[in-house]
Amino acid sequence: MTLSTPTRSPAAPPTGTALLDFRDVAMQFPNGTIALSGVDLTVERGEFVTVVGPSGCGKSTLLRIASGLEKASAGTASVATSRIGYVFQDATLLPWRDVESNVELLAELNGRSKKDRAAKAADAIELVGLTGFEKHLPKQLSGGMRMRTSLARSLTLDPELFLFDEPFGALDEITRERLNDELIRLFAEQQFGGLFITHSVSEAVYLSTKVVVMSGRPGRIVDVFEVPFDMPRDPDVRYTGEFAELVGKVSHALREGHS
Amino acid sequence: MSTVAKELPTTGSPTLQVRRPGRGTKGTALLVGPPIAFLALILALWYLVSALLGRLSFLLPAPHRIFTEGFFDARVAGDIGNAIVQTLLVSLAGLAVAIVIGVVWAVAMSQARAIERTLYPYAVILQCIPILALVPLIGFWFGQEFFARMIVSVLIALFPMVSNTLFGLQGVERSQRELFKLQGASRWTVLTKLQLPAALPAMFAGMRISAGLAVVGAIVGDFFFRRGTPGIGSLISNYTARLQGPQLFAAILAAALLGVAIFALFGWLTKAAVGKWYEPATN
Repeated sequence: MTLSTPTRSPAAPPTGTALLDFRDVAMQFPNGTIALSGVDLTVERGEFVTVVGPSGCGKSTLLRIASGLEKASAGTASVATSRIGYVFQDATLLPWRDVESNVELLAELNGRSKKDRAAKAADAIELVGLTGFEKHLPKQLSGGMRMRTSLARSLTLDPELFLFDEPFGALDEITRERLNDELIRLFAEQQFGGLFITHSVSEAVYLSTKVVVMSGRPGRIVDVFEVPFDMPRDPDVRYTGEFAELVGKVSHALREGHS
Repeated sequence: MSTVAKELPTTGSPTLQVRRPGRGTKGTALLVGPPIAFLALILALWYLVSALLGRLSFLLPAPHRIFTEGFFDARVAGDIGNAIVQTLLVSLAGLAVAIVIGVVWAVAMSQARAIERTLYPYAVILQCIPILALVPLIGFWFGQEFFARMIVSVLIALFPMVSNTLFGLQGVERSQRELFKLQGASRWTVLTKLQLPAALPAMFAGMRISAGLAVVGAIVGDFFFRRGTPGIGSLISNYTARLQGPQLFAAILAAALLGVAIFALFGWLTKAAVGKWYEPATN
């Protein structure tokens, strides 16, 4: 594997099965902006952690550090796996490649054989329900289908740690809910560790096993909520009183952290 | 018309069929009618001025004389045909060289800021100096024939290739670059699998402009040097010197058609190469 592995700081002691372990992580950009300060965060296998916070609070920076795109300026950020899936805000498909060949891209960049990556891609395409659209070009797809293609592309890496940077933010409500359910199904099947960034509190509560609330800049963690509902989640859980109550608590924490 | 109307419902969406412009006799008439009417007006004015000129009519020969004394005259037609072929060869050679140099230049600049800062000013200078001022020097150095004409053509056609390719290579979205970076892709992989394909639409747009300019360069060089196998440039120069109005107009018309043909060819090439996947942002 030629994955750019963010193996940093051997000083960080591995705790149990934590895939991602952030200790006192801070991020200051060269222009002086402090994006993160004193962030402690772990993601274990089988955990789906969602981070909510106001715009510009450094949520995305958290993911960029986890993936190795960015180096933390202080603290230790250790990631225990090299199989990291990263889903961007936009689908980032290559418009000249059809669905199949877009899904094959990462395996291709990792030097896998043609046969190997075709098999991987076929599996991933089936997992996200795009079978039959293999030869479609991105411009022929809806926003939701483009995002599914992007998900499938990450799935070909068999990620142990799956990072999502507000992937459904640009989609309409119905597509978004449908993709949330599919993501939950994938999570239940594959048991990766998930770190998901979003603006939407109800999406956060619905998707995750743990919701982390961040304050405005510099981003710090102000509250953590365990989500008690069963996985895979029943879509109707969204209409229960307990769900509404938890959404209320998270929103409250978010508002307090912002002021 | 009535048969068409009867068939429409079977096609599924009659409203779409009827609304599509440029289809059917009415659409075609709307499309080509106005420009043809305008051409008729121009021709009428042309005849009028030509008639008023009387004995000086070689300055603006009546349009039909471009054909009777120009294209339909076997010798003139032969001369123009050979010259067009020669100019076309020079243009295509010039364009090919401009494409190669332009792409290499732009790729080099896209690889490092330092290289871009070093080389871009020269691309701008190349664009700013009047190439016409360099033409005598080019003839002086490169022998006033095919090769020298080609150099003039390259110099005129180069800049759009450089700037468009660079624009395309640098226009790749950050997240797409990061997608490659996360897999540890090499510079070469990023260039060949991401930047160059992403730059293709911009490169073809550049080629279309450069193609037209390459023809201009080939004609200008030939017009000035008037050596070697005559192209359309030396032909125009000769006809002008001999006050052969109709023949001159025929040569000019042929040169214009050559430019249009090359422009159309590259429009078609663009469609064939990137039309399938490319989605202009305005859509």
